[in-house]
Amino acid sequence: MSDIAAAAAKVPLGRRIRRFMSDRPLVPLVILLILLVLLLQILRPGIVNERWIANTVKFAIPLAILAGCQTMTMLTGGIDLSVSTVATMAAFIMASQAVEHHAAVAIAIALMPALLIGLANGIGVGVFRVHPLIMTLGTSLIGTGCLQVYQRTVIASGTRIPDFLTWLGTGLTFGFPNALALFIPLAALIVFTLHRTGFGRLLYAVGDNEKATRLSGVRYWQVIIALYVVSALLAGIAGLLYVGLIKAPSSLSLAEPLLLPSVAAAVVGGTSIFGGRGGYTGTIVGALILTVLTTLLTILQMPEGSRRILFGLIVLAVTAAYLRIVEDR
Amino acid sequence: MSQFVRRQGWVSGLIVLFVLLLVVTRLIQPGYGAGDFGSLMRAALPYAFAVAAQTTVVLAGGIDLSVAAMMALTSVAAASMMNGASEEFAALVVPFVLLIGLTLGALNGVLIVVTRVPDIVVTLATLFVLQGAALLVLEAPGGAAAEWLKALIVGTVPIPGMPDAVSAWMPKALFLLLISLLVVWVPLQRSRLGLSIYAIGSSELAAFRSGVPVAWVRIAAYAGSGLFAAMGGLTLTMSTGIGAPIPGPYLLASVAAVVLGGVTLGGGRGGLLGPIVAVFVLRLVRTDLTLLAVDPNVTSIIEGVIMVVVVMLGAFIAMKGRPA
Repeated sequence: MSDIAAAAAKVPLGRRIRRFMSDRPLVPLVILLILLVLLLQILRPGIVNERWIANTVKFAIPLAILAGCQTMTMLTGGIDLSVSTVATMAAFIMASQAVEHHAAVAIAIALMPALLIGLANGIGVGVFRVHPLIMTLGTSLIGTGCLQVYQRTVIASGTRIPDFLTWLGTGLTFGFPNALALFIPLAALIVFTLHRTGFGRLLYAVGDNEKATRLSGVRYWQVIIALYVVSALLAGIAGLLYVGLIKAPSSLSLAEPLLLPSVAAAVVGGTSIFGGRGGYTGTIVGALILTVLTTLLTILQMPEGSRRILFGLIVLAVTAAYLRIVEDR
Repeated sequence: MSQFVRRQGWVSGLIVLFVLLLVVTRLIQPGYGAGDFGSLMRAALPYAFAVAAQTTVVLAGGIDLSVAAMMALTSVAAASMMNGASEEFAALVVPFVLLIGLTLGALNGVLIVVTRVPDIVVTLATLFVLQGAALLVLEAPGGAAAEWLKALIVGTVPIPGMPDAVSAWMPKALFLLLISLLVVWVPLQRSRLGLSIYAIGSSELAAFRSGVPVAWVRIAAYAGSGLFAAMGGLTLTMSTGIGAPIPGPYLLASVAAVVLGGVTLGGGRGGLLGPIVAVFVLRLVRTDLTLLAVDPNVTSIIEGVIMVVVVMLGAFIAMKGRPA
């Protein structure tokens, strides 16, 4: 016993910290998040209060849902670049249909294109083996075109956002954003699916070693189609939530600015873009980090240009540092 | 050998498709002539360079998401430097902008090699950085371009001893494209470096074990991509006369044309000719749809569908061709 203890003590402290962090990859992320919040508090004393936290969470939630799409697709070694288009389509179609129909009907109609795009993505990637990056970029291009055509047919009827979406998007209950009522079950479901169900394990397996997975009897295309349909539906839900938050239903580039951050959030959160490694909890923290970062850069009153530069550099630095910590075994 | 035949087969198929499309264009619009062909080439120019940039990296087994942002940055850099400057000064601007592209491209490669972060993520991050830099150079579209630069892509090249009817079909834009690509690509492909790019694209480990300096080759491939993107940025400034800090739709178009041009994503297989012809095909389809008076928004839907279907078929053929 004492030998083992002595051996453990001989390992240098730095290495032990790293080993601890690689065993618990969430810890460095949470530390980074806390550091960013502290930095914010130092730069603008008093900014960090209940309202600010609620606001940050509110804006992080749509991003976190979209980043969830990226996390799941990345686990299989893919990526879904159509999420922003799907989200925008869902938001716009819902807002224009809600003028005539009941909100529930409008939402059901709005999620149809999401379903179709997800299905197209899944068939392209799963059956025809197109690279996910290309396939989803292509369907997002088609989706944008369809949306533009659709916009002209409904431009006269105007748009309306159902009250409960506004309530869900912007409202607070006892200081907690109402969006959490949607997000917490959703996130729990995603985490549960990824870790405790066969489908989740299949995602990891496909990403880790596709050939072995196929040889052990898994129908690759079924998994992939299900995955991209789920991803598109999630993106549609995120779009509905986002339009309740932003309240600009007529914008055809509503969720576009969220696309690259959603990829970044998943990557910062420790999901490997090559598949097989990562999880949703990291992604949620990643989305929070990116949201706090955006606030930080806005507060520093940087011009848009330098903000983007810093954003890019930080994403790169965090990913590189994270890789070092996790791979150093 | 069979691979070589298949690749050339793909490219010649594309050329046949292009010629067929030209015939179709003539049928739709009997007046379609040399002048329209010239404007097609001018419009395709930035796309062609974007595709050349993407091809260089894809052959080496990577991908460059920052192509469009790089073009935006070099375009605004050129436009703002030439703003109010003399015509002669522009002769200095061109090499300088190309150097910027080369350096930033190499930086992409260095970052990938040093940080060991996947190329998609690194170039995604540099996409942000380059976009930001472009916004810092020019906040809104503006700047200017030297007259002689703009004249470089307008009009046709007179070929001595040829009737006008033939030389009218040699727009300067096509000439410029061919010369720029040949000057960079042919020496590159003939050199050791070119072979190494293909080598690390087909199998990085095998290349490493046969003594290819994988890291340096990767950096060189990204530097080449940056150079082509800078050329693309310059042609943007040349054709519009200004620089715009918001990247155009060149990223998606470049990836699509690379795949349509018979270059395997993942690297090691394909050439530059296929993707370039693919760009012309895609542009001509757009022209045809416009001539058919199709709603421009519907046009972009059709364009997207064509792209996706072609890519699907390509992937399907590649899957069938692979030994099971």
